[in-house]
Amino acid sequence: MIVAKRKPLGEIAEMVAPFKKVTVIGCRSCVAICLVGGEKEVKMLVSALKVKNKKLGRKQEFEALVVERQCEKEWIKEVEDKILGSDLVLSMACSLGAQTIGDMYPDHLCFPGLNTGIFGVPEEQGVWSEKCVGCGNCIIHTTGGICPISRCAKSMLNGPCGGSADRKCEVNLEVDCAWAAIYDRLKLQNRLELIEKIMPAKDWSTSHSGGRRVYVREDAKLTPHQKKGKGAVQ
Amino acid sequence: MAERKPKIVGFCCERHGMDAAVLSARTGKQFDASVRLVQVPCTGRVDGMHLLKALEDGADAVFVLGCLEKNCYYDTGSIEGRKRVNYVKSMLEEAGVEKERVEMFNAASTNAWAFPDIVSKMVDVARKLGPIGGGEMQ
Repeated sequence: MIVAKRKPLGEIAEMVAPFKKVTVIGCRSCVAICLVGGEKEVKMLVSALKVKNKKLGRKQEFEALVVERQCEKEWIKEVEDKILGSDLVLSMACSLGAQTIGDMYPDHLCFPGLNTGIFGVPEEQGVWSEKCVGCGNCIIHTTGGICPISRCAKSMLNGPCGGSADRKCEVNLEVDCAWAAIYDRLKLQNRLELIEKIMPAKDWSTSHSGGRRVYVREDAKLTPHQKKGKGAVQ
Repeated sequence: MAERKPKIVGFCCERHGMDAAVLSARTGKQFDASVRLVQVPCTGRVDGMHLLKALEDGADAVFVLGCLEKNCYYDTGSIEGRKRVNYVKSMLEEAGVEKERVEMFNAASTNAWAFPDIVSKMVDVARKLGPIGGGEMQ
C-alpha cells in the first residue's frame, strides 16, 4: 500500500492560515491503514488546528470529511458541494488523492496535508517498510521473492556488494543486507544456483525515468457512448 | 475578560482511576477549580481525539488517570493510554501549544492521596499557563 506521513502541524497551519473556510478530506484506503489520513486522524488534525487557532486568536472554519478512496473521481464527486463551498481543501490522502481533487476542480485550491512516501508493508503494528519502488519490470521470481531494487541501498542486481558485512548494509548498519536475505531465501528454496546467474542490466524504460506512466486496459475502457449512458464522472 | 476558575477534564478508568477519585471524594476534599471527570472502561479506550476535543471545547488542562502499569485490569490498557497522551503532547508541541496541558497519571484505587495530588498538579498547570485563548484565571 501507499504509506504516507503527516506534514508537521506548523507547516500545515501555515499553509491553511490565509483561508477562512477549510475542508479537510481524508481517505479510508491506504492512508487510513497507515494511520495518517483516516477518519480519526482527520478529526485529530482539525481539533489540533482549532486549538492552535484558539491560542493565536485566529478565526477559521474547518470541516472534517472522509471519502472511501480519494484517488477515484466517483468518491470525490459525492463531496463536491463541500469542496466547492470551501476556500481551500486540505487533502489528508496520498498525493494521488490531492491531485485527483485538483484535476477535477482546477480552479479550487487543494493542498497536501501528507507527505507521500513509500510502497510499503506493515511489518508490525506501527511499522511500515518499503518493499517496492514501482519500477514496472518485476524480477522477484529470480531473487527469492525479495526485491533488490527497493531493499538494497544500491539497487544492485548482482549482489551482495563488498560493503555487506555480518548481514548488514554498509550504508547503514541498522539496515539488513537485501542480498544476504536473498541468499537465505534461495537456499531455503533449494534454488541457490540463481544467485550465481549474472543478471543483465535492467531495462529501466518501464520506470519513472521516462516521465509519467499511463497504463491502459483497452477492454475495460468505456466508449464515449457507454460513458454517457453510465453517467461516468469525467 | 472576566476571571474564571481553571477548567480541568479528567478521563478516569472505571477500575483504579475512578475508585481513587471516589475514595478522595469521601475525604471531602474540595478543589478551587471546575473538574469534570469522564469515566472510561479503560484508559486504553481514550483516544487522542478525545483529549484534543476537550481542549478545543474549553478545557485548560486534561489528564488521564489509569491503573498502575503492570497492575492494569486490562493488562496493557494504561500503557496504551500513556502512548496516546504522549502522541497528543507531540501534536500540541508541533502546534505551538503547551504540551503540559495534557498529562497521564497512574494510581491504585487505595491511594487516597493520589487523586487530590493529580488535580492540584493540573490546576497549578492551568493557572500557570492560563486559558488557551488568553485571559485571566482566578
